[in-house]
Amino acid sequence: MAIRSLRYREALREAMIEEMERDPAVFILGEEVGHYDGAYKVTEGMLAKFGERRVLDTPIAEAGFAGIAIGAAIVGLRPVVEFMTWNFSAVAFDQILNNAAKLRQMSGGQLKCPIVFRGPNGSAKQVGSQHSHAMEHFYATIPGLKVVAPAFSQDAKGLLKTAIRDDDPVCFMESETLYSVKGDVDDAIDAIPFGVAQVVRTGTRCTLVAYARMTHVCLEAAKILAEQGVEVEVVDLRSLRPLDEDTIIASVQKTHYCVVVHEGFPYGGVGAEVADRVQRLAFDSLDGPVLRVTNFDVPMPYNANLEQLCIPSAARVVATVERLLSR
Amino acid sequence: MTPNAESVVPDTRQHLEDMYRRMVLIRRVEEECARAYALGKIGGFLHLYIGQEAVAVGAVAAIEPTDYVVTTYRDHGLAIAKGMSARACLAELFGKATGCSKGLGGSMHLFDEERRFMGGHGIVGAHIPLAAGIAFAAKYRGESNVTLCFFGEGAVSIGAFHEGLSLAALWKLPIVFVCENNEYAMGTPLDRSLSIADVSAKALSYGMARDRLFVTDVLDVERTMAAAVARARAGHPSLVEVRTYRFRGHSMSDPGKYRSANEVDKHKANDPLVRARRDLLALGRKEDELKALEASVEDEVQDAVRFAEASPEPDASILETATYAGPFAS
Ligand SMILES: Cc1ncc(C[n+]2csc(CCOP(=O)(O)OP(=O)(O)O)c2C)c(N)n1
Repeated sequence: MAIRSLRYREALREAMIEEMERDPAVFILGEEVGHYDGAYKVTEGMLAKFGERRVLDTPIAEAGFAGIAIGAAIVGLRPVVEFMTWNFSAVAFDQILNNAAKLRQMSGGQLKCPIVFRGPNGSAKQVGSQHSHAMEHFYATIPGLKVVAPAFSQDAKGLLKTAIRDDDPVCFMESETLYSVKGDVDDAIDAIPFGVAQVVRTGTRCTLVAYARMTHVCLEAAKILAEQGVEVEVVDLRSLRPLDEDTIIASVQKTHYCVVVHEGFPYGGVGAEVADRVQRLAFDSLDGPVLRVTNFDVPMPYNANLEQLCIPSAARVVATVERLLSR
Repeated sequence: MTPNAESVVPDTRQHLEDMYRRMVLIRRVEEECARAYALGKIGGFLHLYIGQEAVAVGAVAAIEPTDYVVTTYRDHGLAIAKGMSARACLAELFGKATGCSKGLGGSMHLFDEERRFMGGHGIVGAHIPLAAGIAFAAKYRGESNVTLCFFGEGAVSIGAFHEGLSLAALWKLPIVFVCENNEYAMGTPLDRSLSIADVSAKALSYGMARDRLFVTDVLDVERTMAAAVARARAGHPSLVEVRTYRFRGHSMSDPGKYRSANEVDKHKANDPLVRARRDLLALGRKEDELKALEASVEDEVQDAVRFAEASPEPDASILETATYAGPFAS
């Protein structure tokens, strides 16, 4: 079987096409996914391939089309809902929070809701405060949902396949800034299970925990630190809920230090969750506090310099590790 | 209340000239934006208003400075129509501290509280209840100002549109909802976005007055809007559908492949700016007078570009202080 270099968006598209070919209950809907070939071209060519019955352009009505998809899911269809960006999912938040996440448990387990919500998440470039949200933190707090955020093409494909086959609602977080990034995709790998993090660089001095675009930022930081003789380990979570405690803890037991890096606000969120688990489960291994590198605690400014200042950078990760290790 | 163009002939020429100047100013600012964007001086999303200028200028001509305007991310035209300077607008787009929103908002989030231009909103339809709230405050305080709320036909599918109109009608708020129907919501043509072609019909189920016009003449916009504004001041909200057309793509990243060059050219041939210019000549303005007017607009725009370029970047210290009215709540 071949290993091919695919862009992140191509990997996502392949996953959807293969799953739609496999299962006639799978269909995709969202704004501009069809005739326009996707606002970010993730669904390019899919309308031509599958037709309007299975690739549906929706008007701008997130609560409406998310709700319709959830309704279709609880009677057996398997919708893939594309949010043009995750920012707009806020309009459909009630549908996801109170319908998708709740229907199974409050029906005593009778109903299932096999649905995928997907789209680009996090900052893009200078798109301002209303369009730069890291929405995974909001969704990851909700029991009943699963949340994944791949960093590489292989994971984008494998995790999306798992998401589509999963019988529970999945929030699939992509990144506009990763869509054109190429990565190897091994055709021997099919679906990739949720809840399994990956050590993407080994090191002994400190564990960096990240996901999505921040995994790339951490790898960049790790390279800079290595040049200074500091070998850090990078754990790419891939899946935020379920969260792979074992991989994180095993790494921290080895390195004794932990820094969590993500976009989004520092108040609560995935970083706080990881910090809680590390201090509970690896307290005796820690030689310092668990630190977080996050967005600044303010709405995203438009100005390019201020925006870059707000978003975690390799330089900020390096400085945080240096500060931690030199305590 | 409704000004009649024929009955105000002595003033018409000057009035039309003022409106023409403002429309040209908007267009030239937008063209400079496109240029600056290509040079990397403006970032993020940039949605140009070119082709729709007569809507903003005609509508604002029908209100008082004390009245409020609220719109979408396609906001430069209305901001300038409401009196924002080209300097404040361009400096904002360049992300500078001298911009109307101090470089924090960008193209989609122009604000000018002093001129009662209340944004500049990025989430489709979310500003519609917000605008109704501004109108609510006027009624609450017994003030006579009205609010104009602008949005595209794409927003008519979203819940906030319906909740906003429903409450405004129920509570008899002094507001005019203006749907700028430019036929496309991004790449989606009207007939794939709504089940009916007459957007104004949405008003019927709310028991709200409605009106509808195809924009070719800025004075038509003013007349239609003046009638709706008069109703609003009397406590009767309206939905006005204005059929217009954007000459450029949805944003700078949209090549606009979903419509033919032919279609775009057909609309450009009915450019309300060209119409206004022709009407001014017919009303006796001389070609060289119009050239002088256009040259003065050019000076204003070039001055604004220089101002934007020369202005300082905002300091990071503004990030927290601008977030809360009081001390930062960490
Ligand atoms: C709730 C929400 N969904 C999607 C978007 C992305 N989006 C921005 S503008 C737009 C099209 C809007 O079209 P229309 O309302 O007709 O206004 P126009 O851009 O034509 O002025 C879309 C889909 C958004 N900003 N907000």
